[in-house]
Amino acid sequence: MKKLLSMFALVTMLGFGFTGNTYAEDAAPVAEAATAVAPAAEAAAAAVAPAATEVAPAAAPAPVPNKGDTAWMLMATVLVSLMVIPGLALFYGGLVRQKNMLSVLMQVFMIFSLMGVLWAIYGYSVAFTGGSPYFGGLSKAFLAGVTPDSLGATFSKGTYIPELVFVAFQLTFAAITPALIVGAFAERMKFSAILAFMVLWFTFAYLPLAHMVWYWDGPDAITDAASLETVVANAGWLWAKGALDFAGGTVVHINAGVAGLVGAIMVGKRIGYGKEAMTPHSLTLTMVGAALLWVGWFGFNAGSNLEANGYAALALVNTFIATGAATLSWTFSEWMLKSKPSMLGAVSGAVAGLVAITPACGFVGPMGAIVIGLLVSPICYFMVAKVKYVLGYDDALDVFGIHAIGGVFGALATGVFVNPALGGAGVVDYVANGVAAYDFGAQMTAQVYAVITAIVLSAVVSFIAFKIVDVLIGLRVSEEAEREGLDTSQHGERAYHN
Amino acid sequence: MKFVSAIIKPFKLDEVREALSIIGVQGITVTEVKGFGRQKGHTELYRGAEYVVDFLPKVKLEVAIKDELLDQVVDAIEKSAATGKIGDGKIFIFNLEEVYRIRTGETGVEAL
Repeated sequence: MKKLLSMFALVTMLGFGFTGNTYAEDAAPVAEAATAVAPAAEAAAAAVAPAATEVAPAAAPAPVPNKGDTAWMLMATVLVSLMVIPGLALFYGGLVRQKNMLSVLMQVFMIFSLMGVLWAIYGYSVAFTGGSPYFGGLSKAFLAGVTPDSLGATFSKGTYIPELVFVAFQLTFAAITPALIVGAFAERMKFSAILAFMVLWFTFAYLPLAHMVWYWDGPDAITDAASLETVVANAGWLWAKGALDFAGGTVVHINAGVAGLVGAIMVGKRIGYGKEAMTPHSLTLTMVGAALLWVGWFGFNAGSNLEANGYAALALVNTFIATGAATLSWTFSEWMLKSKPSMLGAVSGAVAGLVAITPACGFVGPMGAIVIGLLVSPICYFMVAKVKYVLGYDDALDVFGIHAIGGVFGALATGVFVNPALGGAGVVDYVANGVAAYDFGAQMTAQVYAVITAIVLSAVVSFIAFKIVDVLIGLRVSEEAEREGLDTSQHGERAYHN
Repeated sequence: MKFVSAIIKPFKLDEVREALSIIGVQGITVTEVKGFGRQKGHTELYRGAEYVVDFLPKVKLEVAIKDELLDQVVDAIEKSAATGKIGDGKIFIFNLEEVYRIRTGETGVEAL
């Protein structure tokens, strides 16, 4: 999803190459001719480009989105919704005690709905319009000017999808990220406080980070070194740094995981933590939820390519095998260290693998994906089974241990395995229209910048937001309500009648 | 009259019920219960968090019988519920003072 939307105005900035492509597509009743002509047109573009600047405003007919790309992105959007409701809700729901089942389902369901509305009102505009490198503007608030004819750019020159598809696809990302956080302070936080916190966090942590990592003018805006500089100057801060995050390792997972840790600490431990049994009430539902997450994640990762092409296939394949490798390595770690391979261990490994491959999925090769999967699980396992107890915080469903730690590992591993020498796909150079030379030092520096920015931004915003909510509403339910369970005390209903 | 209460392993319930039917026991009440004896509990692990589960699931069955049947009932339960491993359960026997059948008002052995 690194992406941008570019509208008609942008089109006018394009070079001749783009125009040529468009004509080829327009002439596409003869479909084969289109494919054959496009490369030639691109090649010609370089030579003609200088003159194109003056010509473009007059020319530039609107490009027509490819129906295959559009259809795929509509489906990918639906798949990401599958991750949240029901996937994430059931995954988390099964992990809490019976008396808190509905509270978790309700939190995820409501956050999904709330974020969808906020996204249309101002979220999309703040994340995906130009402004500063840190924060977009309000020019598309209330989705102003976004019509069925508006276009969003992809990662290929001259290739567009309807902007509304991009709006919807990104909506699902904005909806799942806050929902991930609730696992950290499950079973004890006030429902009203959660909703208030999410609005603040979404506005001041999610939207800026999405803007910093993913906002740019699109590939058609880059024709030569000078136009590249313009694009870099307009782009989000981390995009300009060259940080790679294919599907949201920083924006989604580190961001949510750190917010979860801050929440778990500030809300405090559950009553009886470490003394009473707090065992998952239905690992069956947790397995169902994790499986839905995995399936939906194909839309999340492969959809982030924004086009139905070979890179989408690469992301899909990596999402299969990194996840499989991580499931194996978690299970075998547990089997060796604790003597029994557990279902919960297997699904935890799968989620860790999905998190780690998220930033990498369109950049690394399949063998890189296997290495990432094999390595992430032992790290996350160590965090949730050892470090958490040593440090003594109550991250109830291990949002920090799996999403933040797996996200950091994935972000750094992306910088390593994007290297074409290690089977990676490399980074596209839109000036030369080829794969750029790989520079380990520069790439890792950019990745570290992104990781640190995500951690600091999310931690600071979360701390302030929790403080504000604590003063206005109070974070925790009463001791009595917590013992009784949030289902009856907060929502007035029970999940099971037996 | 006697009142027999037996704690057995859940998967042995069908065999015990069958053995009691054969010797003429007319009714059985069954409850799913939890508890521990010498078998103790077991350990469960969730992402490294270790919980000792003290109470294991068992089945408690209760039958009310006339005195003459007692030896047969105890024998039937002992034989059908045994696996030879720890945790097979126990049989408790009480004297039963009176029985009423609610529908007809019969009492004593007639009501069994």
